[in-house]
Amino acid sequence: MKLNKTVSIGNKGKGVRSDCFVSLEITEDGGIQIELVSKVKALYGKSILLLIEEVLNFFGIKHAKVAFEDSGALPFLIAARMEAAIKLLVETDKNFLLPMLPQNNYQTTKEQNRYSRLYLPGNSSSLMINAGIHTPDGIILDLEDAVAPDKKYEASFVVRNALRNLDFYGCERMVRINQVPRGLDDLEFIVPHNVNLILIPKCEKAAQIHLVNKKIEEINARYTLYNSIWLMPIIESALGVMNAMEIASAAENVVAMAIGLEDYTADIGIKRTAEATESFFARSTIVNACRAAGIQAIDSVFSDVADMEGLKQNVLKSKALGFDGMGCIHPRQIRVVHDNFAPDASEIEKAKKIVKAFIEAKEKGLGVVSLGTKMIDAPVVKRAEKTIEVAVSLGKISKNWREEDNEKI
Amino acid sequence: MKKYDKLVKNVLGRIVPTEINGKEAVEYLGVGKYKPTGRKYAPPIVSCADYPADGNKTLPTLKEALIRAGLKDGMTISTHHHFRNGDLIAEQIFDIANELGVKDLMWFPSASFECHSPLVKYLEDGTIHHIEGSMNGSLGRFTSEGKMTGLGVLRSHGGRYQAVQDGDVHIDIAVIAAPTADAFGNATGDRGPAACGLLGFALADSQYADTVVVVTDNIVPFPCIPWQIHGNYVDYVVVMDKIGIPEKIVSGTTEITKSPDRLLLAEMSAQFCDEAGILHDGFSFQAGAGGTALSIGVYFADILRERGMKARFARGGSNKYLVNMLEEGLTEYILDGQTFDLEGVRSMRENPHHINTSPFTSYNYHGKGNFSSMVDVAILGATEVDVNFNANVVTHSDGTLLHGIGGWQNCLFSKCTILPIPLFRDRIPVVIDEVTTICGPGELIDVIVTERGIAINPLRTDLIEKMKNSTLPIKTIQELKAEAEAICGVPEKIAFEDEIVAVIKWVDGTVIDSVRKIKK
Repeated sequence: MKLNKTVSIGNKGKGVRSDCFVSLEITEDGGIQIELVSKVKALYGKSILLLIEEVLNFFGIKHAKVAFEDSGALPFLIAARMEAAIKLLVETDKNFLLPMLPQNNYQTTKEQNRYSRLYLPGNSSSLMINAGIHTPDGIILDLEDAVAPDKKYEASFVVRNALRNLDFYGCERMVRINQVPRGLDDLEFIVPHNVNLILIPKCEKAAQIHLVNKKIEEINARYTLYNSIWLMPIIESALGVMNAMEIASAAENVVAMAIGLEDYTADIGIKRTAEATESFFARSTIVNACRAAGIQAIDSVFSDVADMEGLKQNVLKSKALGFDGMGCIHPRQIRVVHDNFAPDASEIEKAKKIVKAFIEAKEKGLGVVSLGTKMIDAPVVKRAEKTIEVAVSLGKISKNWREEDNEKI
Repeated sequence: MKKYDKLVKNVLGRIVPTEINGKEAVEYLGVGKYKPTGRKYAPPIVSCADYPADGNKTLPTLKEALIRAGLKDGMTISTHHHFRNGDLIAEQIFDIANELGVKDLMWFPSASFECHSPLVKYLEDGTIHHIEGSMNGSLGRFTSEGKMTGLGVLRSHGGRYQAVQDGDVHIDIAVIAAPTADAFGNATGDRGPAACGLLGFALADSQYADTVVVVTDNIVPFPCIPWQIHGNYVDYVVVMDKIGIPEKIVSGTTEITKSPDRLLLAEMSAQFCDEAGILHDGFSFQAGAGGTALSIGVYFADILRERGMKARFARGGSNKYLVNMLEEGLTEYILDGQTFDLEGVRSMRENPHHINTSPFTSYNYHGKGNFSSMVDVAILGATEVDVNFNANVVTHSDGTLLHGIGGWQNCLFSKCTILPIPLFRDRIPVVIDEVTTICGPGELIDVIVTERGIAINPLRTDLIEKMKNSTLPIKTIQELKAEAEAICGVPEKIAFEDEIVAVIKWVDGTVIDSVRKIKK
């Protein structure tokens, strides 16, 4: 325990909302002294003080000076900030965990849609709180590039507590860890807290995936956990592109592979353009590797958040290249990404015909499905069923589309 | 004179005084329950023989005009708020009063802004006894701390017209800042360096005050056309160098919100209106000036355009988005109460379908009807809503008086009132057990749209029925409250002193609630 040393954690200042900033000094005597400045003092002053005391008490701190500046932080964030500050001064294996929200215990599947995933900076809660409301397929709590180097330590506590105590309303709960090997340390903060999918940035070889999986297994064994954790490596370099196949097929739990074009274009020493011809090879290679490995191919983010038409064109191109989804850096991008990755009217019509033919063949007890004079293979049927499922989930067709189509006839 | 006396409990269970600044008042009885009697207030009869035959009513200074108007202790001075945060006149009036040693004035603005903070010193030294209108920002804080000599009275725009018309408030001197005027006193707000669009909030003042002073920095030869304010009501005209700060009067452009959370609220509200059948050819709407409300107008426009429909009229607060709708033929009229940007001012000046309205035509509850109940949907804001759908727009989460009522109470009479509000703001829950201050009774508030769910007032069985199969997240108000508490925690009850520092008037002049002194 380091005495008489002041440490600070968190965010404050103009424009900072739903956050807090704590300065902590552990003292030899004098008890716990808390100086609280909060814009919600009239409503939550008592509960903030209680929580601060509870965390200090949990770590056995009897004497401390705490200066706490609060701009409306939720309890999970207050606890994260306090714990991060304390652990700069106290060596401990203990973790202060608020109860896991029961609704956060869901699992995701290998095949589920990953059209959109919304990036959320890991060291700020203001964008996290309502992220799920905007219904992306997944949210990414980012520990990597969206967090300043000197804030990475405290961000891991925020991300851990968010996984436990923030409701993302059914979105796939993803975390982007730091580049391996540093990212391996991040796993301790997320694996025991039902993360659904881990993004591995700047991935260049299968060995990195194996390292991550080894660490996950170790943590799972320690906590006796059985949840599946999916991996999505991000390819961001020339070497990564050349090793795409090796990475895509590195492990059973790799469900998707993404490309990060900012770093990729920097790595090969060219400028990123809107037409993106410079990355055509890389993107095609990724798509090809993903298809060969039977996983989803995910495109880079579109960075102009004001240009919705540009985003739409980008999505259409991306889809035409064979990608299954893309990252979003603003909630308003989600709708555009969904609408344009989703099957269009002609794709839906074709899928309907195939599914109908399949059902009819089954009803007649035929072993072979055919549409007109064409035979239809099982994977084609499976894909058509998937298209229908997606169209229904996006409200493009009704759940009872077969009955409704029959009525029309 | 006591600030207030005779406390009673009104039908909403709120303790309110029925004697306010020495005058009798009636407690709130319910919507439409209070029946006024008697005749309207009338200003003194005058003769044109006592006014210059050549129509020249100009005086060299505001001070001279105030002296000629007989400025003395205890008088009521009114101003309008069309200049919003760019008003340069109100402060000058009280500078002069202070210089003349006049005390105990009542300031009766149609609204106050942060630019009026310097008046705190006149509240402190007794030049101003109290304010009836709105107490925003520093004035609100001053009031909440119990420092004002008299009791603050908050009224809606319509309530202000009603109070003047009924004689609840007698205006001794009305000072009407006018962007353009002639020497006879005809005045307009649609042009001039301080153009603000219109002057509707000053209509009652011109009609009922004992003395009316028009102040302008843009004098034109008779006739000043259009004459939004009639010179026949006006006693004196004062010409000054500058009456307002243009960029603080109207913004150059109004922009819709970029906040994804607010856009989501706007989208959900527009979808609600669509699914509930509120959007139809020839419908009408009122959307406030806030970012969310503004965006809803844009979504309405998209839907109308797509379906080849148009609105019959839109109520303003006008801005460039409403003007675009008008010019694109998506609404046939804008009935405008105040203008928020330069595009609104231009349209008001140039387009005969952009109509200048006043609290008399739009909102006055003691009239032979008003426009607000004819509007199909009104989109409004609130600082708090409770499980009985009562809403608060004047006090902050810590109990401090911070905002005026504006036209908010009046708009509640629309056929469907929707409040799109976040479920919580930086941990401050917005949907709660009981609002701090009731500004509008729940029976008039139909729908609460939050990002986590939409609650329909149980009284609106028709809307509930229509939205039965909606894909929107329809929940009960109790469910919303529980959700807010699950995320933010259960808030502590704010402690107040017993002392009442202001009252909230309902549209009919009755007292709907009291604001209490905050505990330090």
